[in-house]
Amino acid sequence: MTGAAIVATGLCRAFPAPGGTAVQAVADLSFRTRSGDLVALVGPDGAGKTTLLRMLAGLLRPDAGSLSVLGIDVAADPQAVQDRISYMPQRFGLYEDLSVAENLDLYADLHGVPTEVRRERFASLLAMTDLARFTARPAGQLSGGMKQKLGLACTLVRSPALLLLDEPSVGVDPLSRRDLWRIIDRLVRDEALSVVVSTAYMDEAQRCAHVLVLHEGRLLAQGTPAELRARAAGCTFTAVPPPGMAARALQARLIDARDLIVDAVPKGGAVRFISVPGADAASLRPLLDDAVVTVRQEELEDAFMMLLRERQRERGAVPSAQVRERPAGNDDEAPVIVVRDLVRRFGDFTAVASTSFDVRRGEIFGLLGPNGAGKTTTFRMLCGLLPASSGHLEVAGLDLRRARAEARARIGYVAQKFALYGNLTVRENLQFFGGAYGLRGTTLRARIDATLAQFGLDPAARSGELPGGFKQRLAMAAGLLHEPEILFLDEPTSGIDPLARRDFWRTITALAARGVTIVVTTHFMEEAEYCDRIAIQDAGRMLALGTPRQVREQAAQDGGAAVDDMDSAFIAIVERGRRAAGMEAAA
Amino acid sequence: MSGGAAGFHRRCRALLRKELRQMLRDRTTLAVGLLLPLVLILLFGYGLSFDVKDAPIAVVLEDTSPTARDVTAGLAGSPYLAPVWTPWMHDAVARMRRGEVAAIVRVPQDFSRALAGGGARVQLLLNGADPTTASALEWYVGGAIGTWAAHRAGRAAGKEAAGGIVQVEPRTWFNEANTSTWYLVPGLLVLVLTLVGAFLTSLLIAREWERGTLESLFVTPVRPAEIVLCKLAPFLLIGAIDIVMCLLAARFLFHVPMHGSLAVILLSAMLYLAVSLLLGLAISGITRNQFKASQVALLASFMPAMMLSGFVFDLRNVPVIVQVVSQLLPATHFMALVKTLFLAGDNWRLIARECAILLLYVGVLFTVTCRTLRKRLD
Repeated sequence: MTGAAIVATGLCRAFPAPGGTAVQAVADLSFRTRSGDLVALVGPDGAGKTTLLRMLAGLLRPDAGSLSVLGIDVAADPQAVQDRISYMPQRFGLYEDLSVAENLDLYADLHGVPTEVRRERFASLLAMTDLARFTARPAGQLSGGMKQKLGLACTLVRSPALLLLDEPSVGVDPLSRRDLWRIIDRLVRDEALSVVVSTAYMDEAQRCAHVLVLHEGRLLAQGTPAELRARAAGCTFTAVPPPGMAARALQARLIDARDLIVDAVPKGGAVRFISVPGADAASLRPLLDDAVVTVRQEELEDAFMMLLRERQRERGAVPSAQVRERPAGNDDEAPVIVVRDLVRRFGDFTAVASTSFDVRRGEIFGLLGPNGAGKTTTFRMLCGLLPASSGHLEVAGLDLRRARAEARARIGYVAQKFALYGNLTVRENLQFFGGAYGLRGTTLRARIDATLAQFGLDPAARSGELPGGFKQRLAMAAGLLHEPEILFLDEPTSGIDPLARRDFWRTITALAARGVTIVVTTHFMEEAEYCDRIAIQDAGRMLALGTPRQVREQAAQDGGAAVDDMDSAFIAIVERGRRAAGMEAAA
Repeated sequence: MSGGAAGFHRRCRALLRKELRQMLRDRTTLAVGLLLPLVLILLFGYGLSFDVKDAPIAVVLEDTSPTARDVTAGLAGSPYLAPVWTPWMHDAVARMRRGEVAAIVRVPQDFSRALAGGGARVQLLLNGADPTTASALEWYVGGAIGTWAAHRAGRAAGKEAAGGIVQVEPRTWFNEANTSTWYLVPGLLVLVLTLVGAFLTSLLIAREWERGTLESLFVTPVRPAEIVLCKLAPFLLIGAIDIVMCLLAARFLFHVPMHGSLAVILLSAMLYLAVSLLLGLAISGITRNQFKASQVALLASFMPAMMLSGFVFDLRNVPVIVQVVSQLLPATHFMALVKTLFLAGDNWRLIARECAILLLYVGVLFTVTCRTLRKRLD
């Protein structure tokens, strides 16, 4: 039990990059983990987590260094390692045309699980994953969360000596995420498995015995969650803004003071921030104004953000996007988006059922919901990309049923996937999209120059070779060229690192302050805190609508206990909604 | 636990079951595998033919004597020709220009007189835009009139002189009827197996790369050769059905003779099927992308098989460089084999040589495909 599960020394691995250069995915990595431990690999996208896991699974050969897994040299005998481990890739390879049971059988056969063991094992896996009802359903017809659970079940058809999980909870809604972790916890407890799990969620790393923090292929820090947390000790505070001041405004002011503040995020109506170690109270005072500041317990997330900022500072600061704030318009204006009894059906399936809400000018409005809740459908109808089956829809004062093209000229849209041309330069992309929106000549040039400066973009760079956060900026820049009144953002922050996400939200809050209305979908619940109001959807129905505080209170009413984070609020509301729907169906 | 023959059998059974289920649930696969060959058989067998049947020709009778009428009467009896009579040359020319007729037979005004004098001539005008039809018509019209002349000469000279007339009776070997169906249908077998093989398997490995299923499969105790074998087997079955379909059509629909032994035909067809399927798999494994794989498969297997295997063009008439290229194609070897087997009979030396070449292809392509499935993602 106390032997080493993994011993890595000086591990390196590079990949050729499109520009003819090489990207060092993993650089000089040395660490060891004990067997029986739950180990977390933490780091933003592009940190090298997947590369490391693939090397552990014997699927990639290291360029340099040595790697021993379960006492076996992986490079020398990958099959011997593969015979003893189970590995769940980020997108687990389910055969979509095979049923749940057939997928399980296939992997059990391939791993040589005896029939008598199998029956019991399948029963417990299906119970754990709550898939017992769906054994005959083709895997392709499961929801995202269910697929992920089936992937985990297929990985666990036998008891491996080591379990490798690559971001098992990515793209999975909070409910499914909770279920997944229940399974992992149980396995570690009952079967004393060694597990390595990569994750972008700090609350998941918190559950692990050992945490490795990776960034750009390097190991920034490692240790128990408590050891890592201690790095942020004494620097973590919560500030409650004075009445009349939005938490978002205070957060914006704090995060702009980079010399003093490591990080600041709005949460539950207050702002959680981390000061630079050694920053004295006197220099913080002017920033905080009348806010009530209390010391709070440091968390893993705080330590992680400190590590990332230190690293960023060492490498020299990146230009951040600059948006000048202008006073917002009058709050009493007529709403810019009016949605009344909106319905969308696909055949006999109702994707969006009778939904109504308003969005005011300069508001940040968040659409939240589990996978398949109908948020993308709602979103597409708002952008005029999809006609509604029935109901009234008004965007920027125009009825979308009649004046769709006119309405489109007044909105900007940033798609979930990078929808720009990868082999054009930044300037060429902007020229094209500006032209598509009808900008020409000096107006177009002036707008492009202004946007380039605003987002800190290099006009000559190839768009496809930009790092994730900059691609995001370019997509935003293209959506904002024609100075739309309303900006639609579909899952804008998936796949970009926490620092880039902070920058992104800073831009968004500044845009809102200028009077641009923002409608955004996200699956990061903590990002809901940046929104003025949010709507939670599930199975096409609107379950909650209001300010983040109102939504939390609504969740608390039902649960009894106070709910101070969006994740729990979201789970409580969706679960109650589903219970109610179940009762209706039963009645 | 995972090694040894027991592990091999168990894993292969599991993989085979998976591939079979996937194949049976994919309607496109079944359509391409079973319907496409059927369409090709009917298309090539009935639609595509180099033969001329009921070709419209204009017959200009400028000479209205019974003799002149008699000489052209033979044309109407031919199954290959559909004559239209007209007294005016300009009318015939107009019809030719409009594309209504493929040839003009002109019997000049002085035909009967000239015939009596021993030097009669009939003019034949052919539409050279379609050389295949033109040369066939030249053959048919010439034949019909020649026959008439021979008969007439025989009647005129009486019994004793009949022996003095030499008639050329053209005869074609191996394809006695000289119908192109006889020659197209065996070639069709090559095309069907090439097309089906390349299209069905070129997507298989690429699809698993794209969907990420291979990554999960790689970390199981499965060996690359097992994956290849199990991907091959279900499609050998589909291909076998196609072979039987082609042979039945050849025998009972198009009445193509089979001079060689059926067993050798079947065996060599299965061998070529394996080559074709493995070529698709190798392309799939190398490209790792379904779109690319199907494009490459089309360009690398079907097009050359159509153009360079001797299906359309006789390989003896092409430049040396093209001959060399065509010899590198497995389709060329199977084409030679299948034509010989159908139309000439068992030529054991040829059979042994071509089968050995096909077997070599199986070995090489199998190894290449296995290498593309080495359990590495880099």
